[in-house]
Amino acid sequence: MKILLAVLAVLALVGGGTLYVLNARQEVQADSVVTAVITPEQLPFRDKSGQVALAPRTDPGGQRTLTGLHCDRFHFAAKTAVCLRVRAGALTPTTDVIVLDEKLHERQRVEIPGTPSRARVSPDGRIVAWTAFVTGDSYATTGFSTRAGLLDLSDGQLVKTIEELPVLKDGRRYFAADVNYWGITFARDNATFYATMASKGSTYLVRGDYPSYRGKVLRDNVECPSLSPDGSHLVFKKKVADGDQPWRLYTLDLATMRETPLAETHSVDDQAAWLDEHTVLYGLGGDVWAVPADGSGAPRQLIAGASSPGV
Amino acid sequence: MYLASTRSPVSGRGGGQVARTVFALGLVSLITDVSSEMVSSVLPLYLVLGLGLSPWQFGFLDGVYSGVTALVRVLGGHLADRFGRLKLVAGVGYALSAVSKLGLLAAGASPVALGAVLAVDRTGKGVRTAPRDALISLSSKPESLGRAFGVHRAMDTAGALLGPLVAMGVLWVAVGRYDAVFVVSFCFAALGVLALVVTVRDHEPGQARPAPRVLLSLLRHKGLRRICACAALLGLVTISDSFLYLLLQRRWELAATYFPLLAMGTSVSYLLLAVPLGRLADRIGRWPVFLGGHLALLAALLLALGPWAGWPVLLLHGAFYAASDGVLMAATSPLLPESQRASGMAVVQTVQAAARSASSVLFGAAWTVWGPEVALAVIAVALAAAVGVTAVLRPVRGQ
Repeated sequence: MKILLAVLAVLALVGGGTLYVLNARQEVQADSVVTAVITPEQLPFRDKSGQVALAPRTDPGGQRTLTGLHCDRFHFAAKTAVCLRVRAGALTPTTDVIVLDEKLHERQRVEIPGTPSRARVSPDGRIVAWTAFVTGDSYATTGFSTRAGLLDLSDGQLVKTIEELPVLKDGRRYFAADVNYWGITFARDNATFYATMASKGSTYLVRGDYPSYRGKVLRDNVECPSLSPDGSHLVFKKKVADGDQPWRLYTLDLATMRETPLAETHSVDDQAAWLDEHTVLYGLGGDVWAVPADGSGAPRQLIAGASSPGV
Repeated sequence: MYLASTRSPVSGRGGGQVARTVFALGLVSLITDVSSEMVSSVLPLYLVLGLGLSPWQFGFLDGVYSGVTALVRVLGGHLADRFGRLKLVAGVGYALSAVSKLGLLAAGASPVALGAVLAVDRTGKGVRTAPRDALISLSSKPESLGRAFGVHRAMDTAGALLGPLVAMGVLWVAVGRYDAVFVVSFCFAALGVLALVVTVRDHEPGQARPAPRVLLSLLRHKGLRRICACAALLGLVTISDSFLYLLLQRRWELAATYFPLLAMGTSVSYLLLAVPLGRLADRIGRWPVFLGGHLALLAALLLALGPWAGWPVLLLHGAFYAASDGVLMAATSPLLPESQRASGMAVVQTVQAAARSASSVLFGAAWTVWGPEVALAVIAVALAAAVGVTAVLRPVRGQ
C-alpha cells in the first residue's frame, strides 16, 4: 500500500511537471511578421506583452499598434532602432543587440554577455549604445556588474565595453580595478557622450569624447544620464536615500551645473527619455509616465502597460 | 589504521562498505540539488528581466538569501538532537524548501514577499544540513566515514551540475516561462522529500535523551572547540570561489558568457575526487587530507597567479572541496557522542561558513584597496601560515 502510494506520487509529480512545461510551450506566441513603419508622428514603446508598439504622439495613451517585434529594451531615433533581447535557452545569460531600420528590418546584430539594461540611439541614428547586467563577473558576490558598449553604424566599429576609457578625475588619470559603466547618452555631434561611471561605491557623471576616446569626471551621484534634444540639459537619477526608494529624477543644466529635482517623488529606476525640450518620459510600475523637465507641475501617466519609451 | 576494512571484500567497485542510508541520502540530495540549482541559475534573470527589479534590489535579496542559513543551522542541529528525530527535522527542512518553490510563483514582483520566500528556502537548507550529516555519520562505520561522506557529496554535486541544465531545457521548451522552471523545481523538491520518507531509515536513539542544554555542554567539549578554532582559522584565509574565478577570467581573457563554466569545472573535479579523497582520508587520516585540500587551494592560487594558469587550477580547486567539505565532517563526527552529533556538526559548519564569509568581505576590501595581485599574495601567505599552524595543533588525532 505504501509502495503504491509512493509510485502514484512519483507519477503525479513527473506527469504534472511535464504537462505544465508542455502547456506553457503552447502559450508562447511566435514572433509574428513585422510590418510596421515608425514615422515621426509616432511614439514607439515596449508594450507589456513584450512587443514594440506604436502610438500617435498626439495621443500616446490612445490606440496602440503592436508590431510583433519582441524586445526587452527598445529605443529609436532618426530611422534607427535598437532592440535588446535576451537569448532564450542560452547556457549563460546572453543578449542580442539588434539594430533595425524604421521599417523594423534587421540591419545588424551583436551578441553581448549579460541581461539587457539600457538602450540608446544617438540623435541622428549613427551610434547605438547599450548597457547589460553581467552576473558573476564581479568579485562582489551580491549584485551585478554592468557593461556599457556602443556600435558606430557608419564604420561598423564595435566597442564591447567602455571600461578601458581613459578618464580624468580631479585632473589626474583615474585607475581602479572595479570600474563599471552604465547609461550612455550621445549628443547630436556623435562625439560628446555622457555616461555613469561607478567605482568604490560611488557613482560619477563622465563626459566622454568619442573620436579622441577620452573622458572626464564632471560630478558625483549621477546615474543613467539622458541628454535633452538641444543638448543643454541632462535628466538623471540621483541616489537620495537608502532603503527601498533610493532614487529621484533630477535635471542638470550643463551650462550652470545647477540641479533641479523633478516633481516625480517616487523612486525611478530608468534611463529617462525626452519627449520634447520640456517633458521627460520614464517607466515606473509598469507604465510610462511624463513629468515637466523644469521641476514644476506633477507627473501624469502617459501610456499604461508600457516601458522603454523610444523617443 | 583499518586497512582491512577499507578494502572491500565485495566485488564491483567496493561499494559494499557504504551504508544503504548514505546512498539514500545521496539520492535525496541529488534530487534536491537539481531543484535548488534550477532556481538559483535563473533567479537573477527572473528577478531583473521577468519582474523588472533593479540589480540593487537583487543585491538586497541575495544578502537575505545567504545570511539566513548559518543562524538556523545550529537550531536545526539542536532540535534534531534534543528530540532524537534526525530524519524528521531533516525532512522538515527539505519540505520547507519545496514549499518555497511554490512561494516564488505566489510572491509575484513584491521584493518583500520574495525576500520572505527566499528566507524560507534558506531556512529549509540550514535546518536539514546538520541532521542529514549526522544521519550519514551514524549509519556508517567510524573507519569508513570519509568514504561515506565522499559518496554523499559526489551525488550532491551531480545534482548541482544537472540543475542548471534542466532549467535551461525547460526554458528552451517554454521560452521565457520562469513559472514553468519553478513548477518543475517544486516537482523535483517534492520527489526529494518523497525519496527521504520512503528510502531513508531514521537512526534509533540508543541512549537516553540528551540534557536540554545540549548546546552549552558542547561549548565545553574540548575536542570540538579545537576543531572549531582550526576550521575558523583556515576559513578566514580561504579565498572565495568568485574571487578565484574573477582572477582566472582576467588571466584567460575569458568572455563573460563562459564565466559560469568555471564553476562547472570545479564541480566536475569535486564530483570525481570526492570518493577517492574520502577513502584516502579513511586510510591516512582525515586531518592530513583536510590540510592537503587547503594546500591544493594554495597551489591553485599560485598557478592562477603564475604563467601556467590552465585547467589544472580548476582540478585543484575541486580537489580542495573534495578534501575539505565531507572530510571535515568525517573528522568531526567521531569526536561527538551520538546524542550530540547533529548539534556538534552544525556548530562546526556554522563556524566554518562564518569564517569564510568574513574572509570574503576582508578580501574584497583588500582587493579594492591594494589591487588584485597584492591581495592575492597576502592571502596566499596567510593560507600557508594557517596550514602550518593547524598542522602543528592537529585537533583530531588517532583517526
